Amino acid sequence: MKNIFIDAPPLTPDQAKLGRSKGYGDHPLDKYLKEGRIPHIWCSGCGIGIVLTAFIKALEKSGADPDKTVVVSGIGCSARSAGYLNLDTYHTTHGRAIPFATGVKLANPELNVVVISGDGDLFAIGGNHIIHAARRNIDLSIICVNNFTYGMTGGQGGPTTPVGAISTTTPYGASEYPFNLVYMAAAAGASYVARWTVLHTRELRDAMIDSMSKPGFSFIEAISPCPTAHARRNKLGSGLDIMRYYKEKSYLADELDRDETALGLADKIAIGKFVDVEKPTYLDMYNSHVADRAAQAAKKKKKKKK
Amino acid sequence: MSFWRMPLDAEEQGVTVGEVHIIAYRCKGCRYCIEFCPNNVLAESEEFNEKGYHPPYAAKDGKCVNCNFCETICPEFAIFVTEGKPGNLQPADVLHDVKPGRRLQRKRRYGE
Ligand SMILES: Cc1ncc(C[n+]2csc(CCOP(=O)(O)OP(=O)(O)O)c2C)c(N)n1
Ligand code: SF4
Ligand code: SF4
Ligand code: SF4
Ligand SMILES: [Mg+2]
Repeated sequence: MKNIFIDAPPLTPDQAKLGRSKGYGDHPLDKYLKEGRIPHIWCSGCGIGIVLTAFIKALEKSGADPDKTVVVSGIGCSARSAGYLNLDTYHTTHGRAIPFATGVKLANPELNVVVISGDGDLFAIGGNHIIHAARRNIDLSIICVNNFTYGMTGGQGGPTTPVGAISTTTPYGASEYPFNLVYMAAAAGASYVARWTVLHTRELRDAMIDSMSKPGFSFIEAISPCPTAHARRNKLGSGLDIMRYYKEKSYLADELDRDETALGLADKIAIGKFVDVEKPTYLDMYNSHVADRAAQAAKKKKKKKK
Repeated sequence: MSFWRMPLDAEEQGVTVGEVHIIAYRCKGCRYCIEFCPNNVLAESEEFNEKGYHPPYAAKDGKCVNCNFCETICPEFAIFVTEGKPGNLQPADVLHDVKPGRRLQRKRRYGE
């Protein structure tokens, strides 16, 4: 078989000045990426690129209108995803992706609003926002890339760092209990909750399709390798070693048991879809409980005046 | 993919064949595509790309079944697959050489 290698000439200084990317358009998915922003900065073996590919494939397969899709992110390696996408995207300040996304959704409920961000961004500095958006069942799709650390700032311990894991702020191993993200999202009231690793990229894509079509708050945890900041310190090997570990240690769980779905360092990983329920969204509830009643009250008042 | 025996209608059935396109200058050498290709089509090349990694190449002739997994697992948008001309099952794809049944022998000898 002939090997099909695609090469591209180097950029001329003029093209570089204009912010062109070498070989933009060589890949069929390039049309979903902003020219001049790729290649991305993620390390070799980083799983965030797989999450981004899964999202683009989900967008393509679901038939969602890219012109009506908005992607919002916070700050972090994972949060850079929004900036690479050739859609209407917004890269907010650290932790504030969900408040921004909530505003976008309530101002224009027609839009399909997706948040792609990291475990630190969504559950440390932004932790309060995610539980209240889930409680209100706001129609958002949240994709949380969980790499168990603050990758971008060099690997500090955070709310998902497993007990015993070495990080720059836990040089003797973390002593705090981590959050169980799927359990927390479900307890806070999410309508859809799933967890997959980036090795389960097709399931991840399908979960994203489900979450975008689901009215209400959807939460997807994508377990992803961070070879640079997390794996290196914990002697977990290369990205490939971590993917092999996902293959070996992940198993489909059919119920959301708190202890079963908890995650330890290099321990078993329960994956699957944990919650998928029909529930009136924030706007449904607001319309039926506030807007409709307020309109009725106003009508009554008018009648009395006559 | 391997078959236990040559299916009786092997001559009439096309086998999906994929053509692997490698955007070598984008590869960061994570080897995910090589490791998780279900047909072990890909291998690491000896050459370096401009980033200093060894990109993959399609080492097995015509064995890609266009499952698209390499394209989906690549974090770098560095590999994709298109559908090629359908091929036929080859004797090498079959694990056991089973003698053709009487029906097939008759068919081969006398035609339809
Ligand atoms: C207000 C504020 N505090 C702290 C930071 C520094 N900071 C940048 S990214 C980050 C953590 C990101 O972690 P996570 O969301 O898990 O993303 P990852 O890099 O792991 O993908 C922090 C603390 C910041 N940018 N802004
Ligand atoms: S530091 Fe970790 S999360 Fe950030 S790009 Fe590198 S591997 Fe990915
Ligand atoms: S499409 Fe599937 S069979 Fe073909 S090279 Fe990629 S992973 Fe292997
Ligand atoms: S998955 Fe992509 S980046 Fe990794 S080795 Fe294959 S082509 Fe290179
Ligand atoms: Mg993180």
